[in-house]
Amino acid sequence: MQIDRRMISHFDWTLLFLTLAFVGIGVATIYSANFNLAEGHAGPLPMRQFTWLGLGLIAMFGALSFDYHYIDRVAYPFYALMLVLLALVLIVGHSGGGSQRWINLGFFRLQPSEPAKLAIVLIMAKYFQSDEPPKGYSLRDLWVPFAMVAPLVFLTLIQPDLGTAIILGVVFISMVLMGGLRLRSFSYLVAAGIAFLPVAWHFLKTYQRNRILTFLDPDRDPLGAGYHVIQSQIAIGSGRLFGKGFLHGTQNRLDFLPAQHTDFIFAVFSEEWGLAGCAVLLLLYFIMIAYCIRLVQRSKDRFGALLVFGMIAIVFWHVTINVAMVSGIMPVVGVPLPMVSYGGSALASMMFAVGIMMNVSMRRFIF
Amino acid sequence: MAAYTEINKQDGAPELRRRAVLLFAILAIAFLGLGARLIYLQILHGERYTFLSENNRIRLKRVPGTRGMVLDRYGQLLVDSRPSFDLFFVPEDSDAPENTLRLLARYLKWDESEVLKTYQDNKSRAAFDEITLGRDVEWSTIVAVETHQLDLPGVTLRARPRRNYTDGQAAAHVLGYLGEINQKQLKTFKEQGYGIGDEIGQYGLERRWEEVLHGQSGGQQVEVDALGRRVRVLHEVTDVPGYTVHLTLDRRLQQTAFEALNGKQGTIVAIDVSDGAILAMASTPAFDPNNFARGIKLDEWRALIQDQLRPLSNRSTQGQYPPGSTFKIIMSIAGLEEGVINPEASISDPGYYVFGNRSFRDWKEGGHGSVNFHRAVVISCDTYFYQLGPKIGIDRIAKWARAFGLGEKSGVALDDERGGTIPDTAWKMKRYRQPWFPGETVSVAIGQGYVTVTPLQLANMMAAVANGGKLFRPRIVSKVESVDGTTVHEYGPELIRTIALKPDTLKRVHAALADAVKVGTGGMARSPLIEIAGKTGTAQVVEMKGGYVKSEQLTYFNRDHAWFVSYAPVDNPQIAIAVLVEHGGHGGDAAAPMAKKVFEKFIEIQKQGSDKQQARLEGSTHAD
Repeated sequence: MQIDRRMISHFDWTLLFLTLAFVGIGVATIYSANFNLAEGHAGPLPMRQFTWLGLGLIAMFGALSFDYHYIDRVAYPFYALMLVLLALVLIVGHSGGGSQRWINLGFFRLQPSEPAKLAIVLIMAKYFQSDEPPKGYSLRDLWVPFAMVAPLVFLTLIQPDLGTAIILGVVFISMVLMGGLRLRSFSYLVAAGIAFLPVAWHFLKTYQRNRILTFLDPDRDPLGAGYHVIQSQIAIGSGRLFGKGFLHGTQNRLDFLPAQHTDFIFAVFSEEWGLAGCAVLLLLYFIMIAYCIRLVQRSKDRFGALLVFGMIAIVFWHVTINVAMVSGIMPVVGVPLPMVSYGGSALASMMFAVGIMMNVSMRRFIF
Repeated sequence: MAAYTEINKQDGAPELRRRAVLLFAILAIAFLGLGARLIYLQILHGERYTFLSENNRIRLKRVPGTRGMVLDRYGQLLVDSRPSFDLFFVPEDSDAPENTLRLLARYLKWDESEVLKTYQDNKSRAAFDEITLGRDVEWSTIVAVETHQLDLPGVTLRARPRRNYTDGQAAAHVLGYLGEINQKQLKTFKEQGYGIGDEIGQYGLERRWEEVLHGQSGGQQVEVDALGRRVRVLHEVTDVPGYTVHLTLDRRLQQTAFEALNGKQGTIVAIDVSDGAILAMASTPAFDPNNFARGIKLDEWRALIQDQLRPLSNRSTQGQYPPGSTFKIIMSIAGLEEGVINPEASISDPGYYVFGNRSFRDWKEGGHGSVNFHRAVVISCDTYFYQLGPKIGIDRIAKWARAFGLGEKSGVALDDERGGTIPDTAWKMKRYRQPWFPGETVSVAIGQGYVTVTPLQLANMMAAVANGGKLFRPRIVSKVESVDGTTVHEYGPELIRTIALKPDTLKRVHAALADAVKVGTGGMARSPLIEIAGKTGTAQVVEMKGGYVKSEQLTYFNRDHAWFVSYAPVDNPQIAIAVLVEHGGHGGDAAAPMAKKVFEKFIEIQKQGSDKQQARLEGSTHAD
């Protein structure tokens, strides 16, 4: 492949450095979460996360190596692949923690719901790339994207993976709004959504219902579901201004926290680094998201702008939902902290997303 | 400002640019919200949460549900759980751990240096981890610790139900044992509420029926004081005890079967011919599940798994052996049903049978002379069945063997059952990619060659022969009950298939099997108390080449396996028994007397039962 010299001079170092900063913070926190006090060192997880970083870098550079307009052609095949993988998970999937989410590839257990989040962005960007109708899109224009997204959401819901399903949903809605849905049409959608809530409740698994009930009343089951939220809040709160220091988080050390290295990693981080650390971490996310919103504004065409928007929407929703959940202002749903939580599929997918944004960023000067 | 000039130049997506401004607002609001929450937790309430985390005196104590009991068919106790107390020490809760332990040793009159050594050995562990000082401690210890609790910070007693196997080794393989949950199981069972340190069924019924026996853990959220003593229970979830499992086993018959095996390597399976209920299933050498209940020691465990005699294997369901001459029962039925045997015709047995260019030996040197069908079964004439084999053909033999449940797992509700092998042409092609050689049928005809079966399969086969062709699935569990006595599930007889057999076939086979005990090879099973029908078998472990060798002259592990499969009483069959003695030599000598003991016990139990009933009836008449 011919590498355009302009590509190198316009390489997006900001996004690369931000990504590496997140992964660095992630590995350090995973080290702490996985630290075995008796043996005096951490388990295998931080090293493995490094391996996933390698995988992520490949995904990232893969994602920026071609002209992003090519995505127009591969969006639907990619989407179809995700559908197949998600269906496959239910048949040959590997279960863990009560749900079936992984496909065993031998060296790696792929969690297809992670790349599936990207598929929504790709197909929606493709669908909405042409110029908007003068008064914006109406509900009638939404049938096709809705019909494509619904099976993805359905397949993740029955795994069951409520967290991913919610992410898929909010990213879909974000894309629809950004794509130019009429506000009146949107209000119909909201009304329909509220009407649908009781039905959705019916489809939730017992443990998912418990989480929501527990969120509404943490004392309902302080021994079971409520316990995690309480302990997680104790972890964050006890970090105070400067934290207890690296490897000194007692909540983490004493195994009071659930899923320390994945969904609850923010609690581990907050306990050890305090508000100061949290401020730095959240500021980094803020910078990345704001930077990418600027990128949306500066993209050379609608397709690129929508791609960047979708990808950064994924990051935004993950951060917001994860931190809100861990700090007890939202029910517990399984949503990882992007690029920080442990997990190969999530990290590689996120870095692929960043790669796409870098792709658009680098090519905005080229016509 | 430079950026704006760029955009104007490109004019990519004006609507999106406008909406993006709104995005900044949304982003700012969301992150301000998160930041506010963090300030609320970490600054405004930081002190309180710090207090809570430093004095995290809220501890979760899981109380595993009491495990269910296992009873025999008459409600006799086979397994239950009795309370026991373990003694723990949490170093973190004591200011001077060594002093506390010295004091403890003095109160308990234990060896001080040993207690301190246990502590030293565990010193590398976290201070909040509890150290086990004693398991299942004596009553006097409990009293002493409770009395001096105030002087012994960090020392705690915890009640724990301990599994108790009434008959020790006798039913070890059926009942199985418990062990601490391992990492892999923990992953699978975590959702069901299992935690580290929990016990879980690792073998036998305990494992297969784990879900039913386990019950549900309860738990307490307990606030403890600075010394680790509980101050109050904040929240409690009561545990749910496991279900009671009723077995089809008869405890007395089981005991008799175990004793009859007399320390030999072997197994005895007894089945009720009317419904497939397993009355006894003993396998030796055995192990004592009580050793697992108290926590098996590493060297005991090593000895068990390294033992060449494989005490952990349930030979009745997991042992696969050539059936030897017991397979002649299948051959007889197949021959009679397929019209290949003319029961009245005799053959002349010179002591060998030549097929192709190979000669197959009869077990009796010089042969049995003139032999018809009845006599062939009674004296177990190999030559008769050798010549029968190729006439019936391997595929038809396999069909009849499979009809009686051989070559496939019986589906009994026990762990890791094996299926044995019934070969045929398709099987050989699949397994070895070779055609079937007719000569191989000759070996199969006397239950050698590729044929293997489990003792349970043969017992069940005998049950079907005895009851006229009804093959039931062997059952071990008859009923599952909740603690209050309500039936949760009942497991009735399950008929797998009815094998269509001509009355004449049954009559001839029954008569031959009865005579095999009365005047034939099974003579050692003859009993004055009960009339028994059966067939002996001697399964070769190594192929004999050349001359006749007495089994006793072979090295132990090369000696033949001894079989005896049987049912009784002859005129109204009720119970079928299969006995296998590994390397026992001749089936007639080694296995038949063992079966006899179990049959006699069966009759004795039945008599006691009817006597009691009689007494009860008479009693009620008197009361009138």
